[in-house]
Amino acid sequence: MTDLYLIYKNMTRKPLRLFLTCFAIFIAFLLYGAVTALKGALDSGVEMSADDRLVVVNRINFTNPLPISYVQKIRSVEGVEKVTFQNWFGGYYQDPKQQVVTFAAEPESYLDVYPELLVEPEQRQNWLRDRQGLLVGKAIAEQFGWKVGDKIPLNSNIFSHKDGGQTWDFNISGIYTGEDEQMDTRSAVFHYQYFRETNSWNTDSVGWIGLTTKDPALNEQVAKRIDEMFANSSAETDTSTEKAFNKAFIEQIGNIGLIIFGVVFMAFFTILVLVGNTMALAVRERTGEIAVLKTLGFNASRIFRMVLAESMLVTLLGGLAGLGTAYLLIEGAKAAMARFLPGLVMTPEIAVQAVGYMLALGLITGLLPAFKAMRLNLATAFARG
Amino acid sequence: MASETLYDLKAISKKFTRGKETITIFESLDLQIKKGDFVAIMGPSGSGKTTLLNMLGGVDQPSGGEILFDGKRVDNLGEGDLARWRANNIGFIFQFYNLMPMLNAARNVELPLLLTKLNKKQRNQFVETALTLVGLADRAKHMPGEMSGGQQQRVAIARAIVSDPKLILCDEPTGDLDRTTADEILEMLQILNRDHGKTIVMVTHDPRAAKYAGRTLHLDKGAFVEREAEIV
Ligand SMILES: Nc1ncnc2c1ncn2[C@@H]1O[C@H](COP(=O)(O)OP(=O)(O)O)[C@@H](O)[C@H]1O
Ligand SMILES: [Mg+2]
Repeated sequence: MTDLYLIYKNMTRKPLRLFLTCFAIFIAFLLYGAVTALKGALDSGVEMSADDRLVVVNRINFTNPLPISYVQKIRSVEGVEKVTFQNWFGGYYQDPKQQVVTFAAEPESYLDVYPELLVEPEQRQNWLRDRQGLLVGKAIAEQFGWKVGDKIPLNSNIFSHKDGGQTWDFNISGIYTGEDEQMDTRSAVFHYQYFRETNSWNTDSVGWIGLTTKDPALNEQVAKRIDEMFANSSAETDTSTEKAFNKAFIEQIGNIGLIIFGVVFMAFFTILVLVGNTMALAVRERTGEIAVLKTLGFNASRIFRMVLAESMLVTLLGGLAGLGTAYLLIEGAKAAMARFLPGLVMTPEIAVQAVGYMLALGLITGLLPAFKAMRLNLATAFARG
Repeated sequence: MASETLYDLKAISKKFTRGKETITIFESLDLQIKKGDFVAIMGPSGSGKTTLLNMLGGVDQPSGGEILFDGKRVDNLGEGDLARWRANNIGFIFQFYNLMPMLNAARNVELPLLLTKLNKKQRNQFVETALTLVGLADRAKHMPGEMSGGQQQRVAIARAIVSDPKLILCDEPTGDLDRTTADEILEMLQILNRDHGKTIVMVTHDPRAAKYAGRTLHLDKGAFVEREAEIV
């Protein structure tokens, strides 16, 4: 027998209570892990976006198109450096469940405006040259086992092909990688020209226009000039930095997110209070036994350590199980959520932070009972018993 | 040297404060206990028997005076030293046994040995010896809840003697037991005193329990009244 055995026996003497306590902590850290990862994913979308890049969208809504003629006009605006445009294609591979986020864009300017997409020079040339060329992200290429040179069909879930059907044929001409790990490489880009000539509906419109300015300090002025230029036209524009644009997009989810966070953290703290109370109760019930141990010659600091260790063990037990489950949940949801939340991962930082909170929870809930047990006046304890 | 002094209490006073009120239990109490004694302390309820035993065991401190154990002062030791002193010298037996409900008999007996440097094998040997002495070797794996009061008190006795202390302090060890079982327990204490040389101080208010002791002290109104036990 060791002290650890004693701690273990104390901990497990009321299995139902231990289970319920651990379960509450489990839920708390499951929520914590999942929600923090979710929040991280939402925030990373904003943080990843460049702030010297502006996005021009239709004032009514970013899903409304803009006339293609705007591209040339914007190129001539003072302070503007590079301009590109793209159109949403939607897209899936073979099965509507296998989503591929696909855009039709002007290839050369696209790579200029989005330099964080890294493509080997040879593949870049391939893509620029091939009208049916498709540039795909590394993640998506790995998912479907695509290699450069493969011929693959993609279906649009919005547009129809002139020849009937909704299927377009592409040649994989390049695979891009991201500047850093967290970057989303789950999209595909192809020639706007090809799209324009083959879709049945077509029009001379584009989804949105992306541009860089000569200096981030000019952003505000440039945005204002562009929006003024198209004021009172049939398609008024709304120009903002990419960061602001992404943020606005995310805020639509974010408002709901905020409510969820609020609820989660309230639940979290309620659980803390409950657990702390249970811990205090568990120790108070054992006052007599602790007094006996002390009478036998267990000194105060040893008693203190034993009570504290017990509460630490309980929180770690429930907490690690919760965090582990959150991890599995996120790993499971990652692929399904990739389209909306590419940055959804449980980072080591989140895990370390959660373990820190577990230890803190164990300390907070265990410290007072441990202190009381340590200070327990033996004579009084017996007088009561 | 059978008459060597184990305890020497000099002018012990003890006061409790309860709110604004101060209760004086002992004004100035003197007491000597010799090594090998079996002392019974009797007296009406509330006369301070438990308080005295607590002070002897270093569980409570006197408000004034000195307690010498084996010639050394123990009333002014710090918490850690006191705990170590208790672990090395005293076995405790309580009225309500005070076994750990989640540990079996053997583990309960082993508890005081966690405070020694003995290894696992040695500890198991000591536990077995102690349980055999109280006649419960075959109940080693039983939980306290599965045992009768008398058996639990025997486990408690085994726990009190397992680390071979000089002294055993008992507070009403038979208070919760029927006549026959009480006699068994008292005989066991007598054997420990007579054959194993343990000094025993036992608080009781059962005059028949006191008959097992070699010396009986009557505590009343904060002082000892030396008189023979009256048979009820
Ligand atoms: N911790 C304490 N605080 C205040 N009063 C106490 C405390 N312990 C004992 N007393 C009082 O001291 C007196 C003696 O108690 P005790 O030693 O338990 O008596 P006995 O064991 O002889 O019945 C009682 O009046 C009791 O109420
Ligand atoms: Mg008493």
